[in-house]
Amino acid sequence: MEQSRLREFERRCIQEEPAECVAACPLHVDARSFVMAVAVGDWDGAWKVLRKTMPLPGILGRICDHPCELRCRRRERGDAVRIGALERACVTRPAPTHRVLILPRRDARVAVVGSGLAGLTTASDLVRKGHPVTVFDSYETAGGRLLQFPPELLPPKVVAAEVAALSALGVEFRLGESPSLEELRAEFAAVFVEGGEEELQPAGVGPDGRPVLPYDRQTLATQWEGVFAGDEATPGGGSATGDGLSSGGRVSPVGLALQGRRAAVSIDRFLQGASLTAAREKEGPQPTRLFVSLARVESLPSIEPEDVGGAYTAEEAQEEADRCLRCECLECVKVCDYLHHFGSYPRRYAREIYNNAAIVQGEHKANRLINSCMLCGLCTAVCPENFSMADLCLEARRGMVERGKMPPSAHEFALEDYAFSRSAAFVLARTEPGRERCSYAFFPGCQLAGSNPAQVEAVYEYLRGKLTGGVGLILDCCGAPPTWAGRQDLFGQGLADILRERHRLGDPMLIFACPTCQDVLAPHLGTGTHVFLSEIMEETGITVGAGGPTLLPRGLHDPCTTRDRTHVQQSVRRLLAHLDQPIEELALSGQITGCCGYGGLQANANPQLAAAVAVRRSAESPLEYVTYCAMCRDSLAAQGKRILHVLDLIYPTEEDPAGRRRPGWSERRENRARLKARLLRELWNEGGGALEPWQEVQLIIADEVKTLLDTRRILVEDIQQAIYHAEHTEEKLCHDSSGHFLAFFRPRAVTFWVEYSLRDSGFEVHNAYSHRMAVERQV
Amino acid sequence: MASIARLSEDDLRWMCCRCSRPLEVGPVELTYLGNSFTLELPRCPDCGLYLIPEELATGRMAEVEQILEDK
Ligand SMILES: [Zn+2]
Repeated sequence: MEQSRLREFERRCIQEEPAECVAACPLHVDARSFVMAVAVGDWDGAWKVLRKTMPLPGILGRICDHPCELRCRRRERGDAVRIGALERACVTRPAPTHRVLILPRRDARVAVVGSGLAGLTTASDLVRKGHPVTVFDSYETAGGRLLQFPPELLPPKVVAAEVAALSALGVEFRLGESPSLEELRAEFAAVFVEGGEEELQPAGVGPDGRPVLPYDRQTLATQWEGVFAGDEATPGGGSATGDGLSSGGRVSPVGLALQGRRAAVSIDRFLQGASLTAAREKEGPQPTRLFVSLARVESLPSIEPEDVGGAYTAEEAQEEADRCLRCECLECVKVCDYLHHFGSYPRRYAREIYNNAAIVQGEHKANRLINSCMLCGLCTAVCPENFSMADLCLEARRGMVERGKMPPSAHEFALEDYAFSRSAAFVLARTEPGRERCSYAFFPGCQLAGSNPAQVEAVYEYLRGKLTGGVGLILDCCGAPPTWAGRQDLFGQGLADILRERHRLGDPMLIFACPTCQDVLAPHLGTGTHVFLSEIMEETGITVGAGGPTLLPRGLHDPCTTRDRTHVQQSVRRLLAHLDQPIEELALSGQITGCCGYGGLQANANPQLAAAVAVRRSAESPLEYVTYCAMCRDSLAAQGKRILHVLDLIYPTEEDPAGRRRPGWSERRENRARLKARLLRELWNEGGGALEPWQEVQLIIADEVKTLLDTRRILVEDIQQAIYHAEHTEEKLCHDSSGHFLAFFRPRAVTFWVEYSLRDSGFEVHNAYSHRMAVERQV
Repeated sequence: MASIARLSEDDLRWMCCRCSRPLEVGPVELTYLGNSFTLELPRCPDCGLYLIPEELATGRMAEVEQILEDK
């Protein structure tokens, strides 16, 4: 992945965007973390959050005019969280001890003229950066206008304590002095004139007799090099900086602090010869892109303090802070078990996946993250910025395949199943018997054929009876497994075969019975060249089949591959209405439908997670479900959910189709092969091919062993081959007491071990397991 | 991977059918994705036929396969 591509992905995930309160603060104090710490009674933690960003917290924490509250999202559900009052509650408590980190000392000396909030902020910031700072004030007491606050709000001893703390850090205070600007420039490398104090006249007036005023509102630079000035005294009383310096004609304390901070940044840059103007857009109040859903938030009024002065007790503060919404987005993580499972959110995942590709030596920790995504697109559908985990993971998978870094076990079983579905055992492309060409071709897909082959036959018969112009049949796999595995090479070969065969049949309109087939192939077919089966059925007066399931209300599970095919989703709803099947819409349906756990080969790369995904989907409604994808049906059925395929209403193949267990991997292959053989025999009068000798091996397998084999993805044919090999070569182990045999066979990159015994009617299979490591046999 | 696999008593009750000899513990070489290890496993003293016990295949061996695949 290119770094620019990473940035594109990162930009779309807004989880790390600041909360409104943080973005609104001219200093970007992390009010969200602060309030969250207060909410759990962690006052030391709350203090630390303030100290990290807020200069002079003892002062500003008491007098801040809290513009954060104006943008607090809680306002939309009650009152804004009283962040200002909470800060006051915090800084009136004893501060935890801490060590101030001071950068290595520099030589250039800085003068700050005026010891109000702006001047002290500049001094505080610069001394931490290692600059020797001297603060001048014409008064004998430091504090400037801070000393004019009512003492119950800001006690003079608090100001004195912060000044003493600055002295302790090395700031020199020269009080009662009023040097001229000329004198200051001669002694110091840079000067900040806080401004506004009439008593500062000598320093606040330039050599030309005019007042020192900043000509640049962002950098506070003046017409004299190395001299920076605040504009507290701008005529008219307000601020000209437009950054919240004043509100309602009153000077804003946090705005003054911002001015002091800006001066410190400018002076530090000036002394280092760096650009004064570069990359300063993020200073001051900002907009934020953070999305916060208020969908399930109940309204709550703010907590009124008992104290007449309006001060919160610790308990009241905690209660008030607990009203904080802890603003974050996580819209995708809320609805996706996969995103939730890996414990973070897409922006971080993008970074992990990017780093994963760069690892040469060492563990590729993100492999599982990359291969576990269902590629279903739900995150994109719910994301305010359309972040696509599917694009991210699919691109990563393709890259891994290209670099030869795809773990062999991740998709191998699915790709072998794909190879089977693409082999002569299943592939078939014919025109309708007795016709040269056809106007339609039915493409049932390998999963419906594997799950319920009788319905493929029934639908094909129905289509031949209803449509004119001939209905051909194409048995093949659409190529979803190689697509999801990042194997574009394999997909390309299969696609070329399918397109060639379709052309040979007369370029018929394709009728899909599986939404995944349609989703995978549609980009390679022209518009108006394919339809979904329901779109044919809803127009031809189809009815429910005899002996089918009762038409009780059912939850409709839209397959995730129909997310962008609203017309297919609508067609199925019309068909179900026509069949008098009442449906209930699930919370996640239509364009925000959820995956069954098979999408993206999640069930191959991470079977445990896929099972959890299917369980969660199943639990969305206690109702029985109905769906229109064979794989979705089987994935949920495997977790015990009662679920029908729409075709079960029309062509019921058993008494209780909703309770039909999911056919195992072996059975699915047998079903496909038998379907082809039967259709060839019955419709085209052709016999099947000869069986391989090992296919004659008769097996007896108990149900619990069958389940174990399916979980371990061991096929009946693997076992037949192992036993055939053992019995013909005598290469087998025998147990001295049970009389069981142990066969092993390595037909490909997997070794199968099968424990079995001889019975009159065949071989009874007791157990089987496999491993991928190869063994060097030494004699 | 430890050079001696944890074996159960039952693992040594298998015999080589063709040679009619009980298996004895001996060195067996395993390879995966270009990495090799030697492991002490039950094997036929005559023909070298070996046994990978189920617990080893589905446990430690699967873990090591996963680790090597993520390298
Ligand atoms: Zn032997």
